[in-house]
Amino acid sequence: MTPKIKTIRWHIPLLLLPAVIIYSAIMIFPLLATLNLSFFNVEEGKQVFVGIANYIVLFGNEIYSEKFWNALGNNAYFFMIHMLVQNPLGIILAAMLSSKKLRFTAFYRTAIFIPAILSFVIVGFVWKLILSPLWGIAPDLLDMIGLKSLFLPWLGKEAYALTTISLISVWQYIGIPMMLIYAALLSIPEEVVEAAECDGITGSSLFWKIKLPLILPSIGIISILTFVGNFNAFDLIYATQGALGGPGFTTDILGTLLYRTFFGFQLQLGDLYAGSTLATVMFFIILAGVCGYLFGVQNRLRRYQF
Amino acid sequence: MKNFLFTTVAATTLLSISAVAAAEKVTITIESWRTDDLSIWRDQLIPEFNKIHPDIEVKFNPTAPTEYNAALNAKLDSGTAGDMITCRPFDNALAQYDAGHLASLNGLDGLENFGPVAKSAWTTDDGNDIFCVPMASVIHGFIYNKDAFAEVGVSVPETRAEFFAVLDKIKADGNYIPLAMGTNDQWEAATMGYYNIAPNYHKGEEGRLAIIAGTAKLTDAEWTAPFAELAKWKDYLGDGFEAQTYPDSQNLFTLGRAAIYPAGSWEIAGFDANADFAMGAFRPPVANKGDECYISDHTDIALGMNANTANPVETKIFLSWVGSAEFAAIYANASPGFFSLSDHNVKLDNALASDFVSWRAECNSTIRASAQILTRGTPNLDTEIWGASVAAIKGLSTPAELGAKLQKGLDNWYTPAN
Repeated sequence: MTPKIKTIRWHIPLLLLPAVIIYSAIMIFPLLATLNLSFFNVEEGKQVFVGIANYIVLFGNEIYSEKFWNALGNNAYFFMIHMLVQNPLGIILAAMLSSKKLRFTAFYRTAIFIPAILSFVIVGFVWKLILSPLWGIAPDLLDMIGLKSLFLPWLGKEAYALTTISLISVWQYIGIPMMLIYAALLSIPEEVVEAAECDGITGSSLFWKIKLPLILPSIGIISILTFVGNFNAFDLIYATQGALGGPGFTTDILGTLLYRTFFGFQLQLGDLYAGSTLATVMFFIILAGVCGYLFGVQNRLRRYQF
Repeated sequence: MKNFLFTTVAATTLLSISAVAAAEKVTITIESWRTDDLSIWRDQLIPEFNKIHPDIEVKFNPTAPTEYNAALNAKLDSGTAGDMITCRPFDNALAQYDAGHLASLNGLDGLENFGPVAKSAWTTDDGNDIFCVPMASVIHGFIYNKDAFAEVGVSVPETRAEFFAVLDKIKADGNYIPLAMGTNDQWEAATMGYYNIAPNYHKGEEGRLAIIAGTAKLTDAEWTAPFAELAKWKDYLGDGFEAQTYPDSQNLFTLGRAAIYPAGSWEIAGFDANADFAMGAFRPPVANKGDECYISDHTDIALGMNANTANPVETKIFLSWVGSAEFAAIYANASPGFFSLSDHNVKLDNALASDFVSWRAECNSTIRASAQILTRGTPNLDTEIWGASVAAIKGLSTPAELGAKLQKGLDNWYTPAN
């Protein structure tokens, strides 16, 4: 009996190598380096290992923890608005677009998607101008319909700023869930729909009972994309409200807090170590959210094969 | 960034090669973030210097302001930075000095022309070593629309009571927004508001140094009273001031829609270019007529020597010249609103700028209270004052609460030396 010769198929690791090297160099290594840095601090001009001291300061010192919980709370609210407004609205728009009775669908689709490809700088600037109490068109528009008294400088009011920013972000990104759901709706086979119609399910119950269960996996993916995107958000707030998340830190989210901590702001000097600590915490928050979704929700969703 | 570094390294190497080739002529370079000043240096300052020292060639080599700190630190670490370093005030330059990048300038000719406030931004905490030659400061005050004042029939206020009387009249008249300031950008409320009016309450340097020494607290009346005054400003700001940004305020004023602009002198050049009405300036009002007055004369920019320069002699010659009267006169006139920090009596051609600088003779100069030492920890006092000023104007917190919050933040990390 000849022994089985185990051949190592070298071409597989070889072909994987470029991707592994690039991904490690630009993703894995910085991630681990950040994690590592969060265990250090400077004492008397030298970098020393401090264990979890930075984390104790972040959560234990009121000055830091207050800012952190505030940012986390704002972030959660920011996410909630997206989940409550952006995604349901995206689904409704997609359902309407996929309806055969609607004309000019290509136009609507494009018009609704365009903001998503605009730069956040443009979106932030345009909305700031629209809502400006001095030169904006919002007060004039409200005036035309006799509702001028309803106008407030929303972006400058503590009570409304975060909601306003969230809705601007919804306006910008609504095209993305709409497109994904639209694609999912189009991929539902005609036979399924026809069979349902034969069984007497038509109109809105066709959507609720047949189409919605079929697109649930897509909705799940959109939720997780929204979650990751929102907890990494920074740009729109930075463009409209500045790095301080004004007014009075009411729009300060984890991204802006990290920016100020890590890079410094005006006279505040950047702190590499506190910044790394915060970045690591953010990473674990997002990781926890994604894992919770993957193991808790995604696996339980039923998939249909056609 | 890497590309950028490579080009700078290559450029400096080329420079040094050409310097060797020229041999008899020494070239010294200036690192700066003032890209706007390129023509002033090239066309006015350096030719003037070369009249006296034709053998020293000076190159002005600015980097974009937002990249300056990072790029400069990278160049200093790799030993490719220019001979002279434009110094940011306080901790930024101090950190470079502590790291051994900036040379001590103790005993440099020309430094005797500067007072202690001027030098405070570039001396060590113990006051023993100075490492940059002060170049310019900005002064706070109020710029007003002369036509609007004439129309409403008010004159320049001197005391706080008069100031609010003027505001009331302008408001009653209804044609102008009394004060052009918004709270959206936060720093505007603090810089144009709090830092502008506070020196008259805390007696300038006396109060500032007392906080650093720990003999006074931010909860004391002289520190909370400016917040009470700011709270009264609310009624005189434009509609929707909560969302009004800094450029909005500038535009409101230069378009002639607002009567008074709480200002920093750096606005002068821009306002001169954009406003088509006569402008004047008045200093922050005092409590009673004839009271001693204090102004914020904030140190902003200076020039230091790279500790590793190959040409220390020539660099020192140039730095001494920066302390001279010729330099002060050219620089202050070329960039109105940036005032020379030296004691030389500089004549300014710009009327508005000379209004501002005239206050130096009548009042005591101080710098923004939080700038030295007090912004070093977390939370830093400067940013805290931004938020507090906004909260004061909006009426979200009482002055006493704000003082308590600021002091608590400071106590978190700062222990006075004695």
